[in-house]
Amino acid sequence: MRTDARVEDLLRRLAPQVLGIVVRRYRRFDACEDAVQEALLAAAVQWTERGLPENPRGWLITVASRRITDELRSEDARRRREDTAAAQVPFDESVAPAPGDEQVPEKDDTLTLLFLCCHSALSPASQIALTLRAVGGLTTAQIARAFLVPEATMAQRISRAKQRIQATGIQFRMPPEPERTDGLRVVLHVLYLIFNEGYTATSGPDLQRTELTSEAIRLTREVRRLLPDDGEVAGLLALMLLTDARRPARTNPDGTLVPLAEQDRGKWVKDRITEGIALITDALARAPLGPYQVQAAIAAVHAEAARPQDTDWPQIVALYEVLERLAPNPMVTLNHAVAVAMARGPEAGLELLGTLEADDRMAGHHRLDAVRAHLLEMAGDLAAARSGYRTAARHTTSLPEQRYLEARAARLA
Amino acid sequence: MKYMLLIYNNAATLQALSEDERNAIFSEVDAIMKELTESGELVGGEALADASNTKTVRVRDGVPAITDGPFVEAKEQLAGYLMVECETPERATEIAARWPDARHWAMEVRPLMVPSGTEM
Repeated sequence: MRTDARVEDLLRRLAPQVLGIVVRRYRRFDACEDAVQEALLAAAVQWTERGLPENPRGWLITVASRRITDELRSEDARRRREDTAAAQVPFDESVAPAPGDEQVPEKDDTLTLLFLCCHSALSPASQIALTLRAVGGLTTAQIARAFLVPEATMAQRISRAKQRIQATGIQFRMPPEPERTDGLRVVLHVLYLIFNEGYTATSGPDLQRTELTSEAIRLTREVRRLLPDDGEVAGLLALMLLTDARRPARTNPDGTLVPLAEQDRGKWVKDRITEGIALITDALARAPLGPYQVQAAIAAVHAEAARPQDTDWPQIVALYEVLERLAPNPMVTLNHAVAVAMARGPEAGLELLGTLEADDRMAGHHRLDAVRAHLLEMAGDLAAARSGYRTAARHTTSLPEQRYLEARAARLA
Repeated sequence: MKYMLLIYNNAATLQALSEDERNAIFSEVDAIMKELTESGELVGGEALADASNTKTVRVRDGVPAITDGPFVEAKEQLAGYLMVECETPERATEIAARWPDARHWAMEVRPLMVPSGTEM
């Protein structure tokens, strides 16, 4: 049976709130997370069939609390059976509250949960999986489908992440400074990874994956609601919106990629662009500068050009110079080289690209070959460009990029 | 990133090992599979029947021709595969290096193509 979309939206919104309340009450994050997930699954079925209960959040808290007290009781009983000498300490919290006994919480735990799920003790794959389940309210099956792995593999990643949280004694609380700043950086990175996983999906069977994009945007909006003054949170949200605005134009109906210069800008989503530009303009005016803001500003300059030839390339070059100072990275240099080529000619771009030749991180990377081929094509060296596109096509592990690069090479034949 | 770890071995040499040696190999494999399952890195894997069971199919001018035996005649044949998803390529080669067949024959580590990409 299909879950009602309205029910699903509500459940996703309530998931982190309910989990926060239950974890505060029973403390055991792993058991609480399982219990909330079961309550969400039960709600998806029952609410779709019978309509919403009067107090949906209270309903979820009650059902999750019952599951967890059952779980803790049976654990308690097992422990007692195993060790009869154990002191008979009553489990004073093993009593599920009566329905309607639920207080509206004073605080929103979404951010605390995000910090926990994105803890640096967890691998990026675990951070992503746990964030989508515990904060996003997605089921393991949905996450597995989106990441193209068997459900058993994803279930294992989630349970391992929870074991690790338990084993390392990571607390469910807002981290103090300076860990909070570092933690927020990881949270934003995880949200950006989730966004990209969805955004780079190109074709029909990947529709599940594009939901990741909207989920990442939704969660970033949540973070922004809780930290409205943080410039990087606003910058990331703006970057996601401005990037996502291009989605209808970035692929042909057959799934092939359309480069930025050839996209039909009439297909760009105007609402996303308007919102993204407003966000980044405001953030740049009042918050300390950071890499997401600069990337969003670059995306905004592209979005403001009605035609590719109207693009303000000198401004984009200036922004890449700032980005190289803030967050030096060979991929930034690559994009910087393209902007330099557009502003000052392909030779200047190739010169900047030359600085990457000795960079081990870029050795044999298809992007370096692809960008070089593009600049060589601009410079009129078609034979070298063709061979560069072919090399890049052999090195890439992306099917749509390979198709695109082969087509570029064929065009020059 | 997903990687296919291709396991190559020589069936004749494998048969020539003692039972203890073969059992040691199997328990090594079991231990690695358990570890990869628990870490959430294992995506899949299968063992292949002996290469002598292979049929090679070729279609020429629309006519299929089916012959017994593998496409590439070699002493070492593909014996199975393991699919893993790892954080780094180094981790994939590290797993391959621990697989017992790597000591006697070889493992190939090949990244999978992904159906997603970024416009340039």
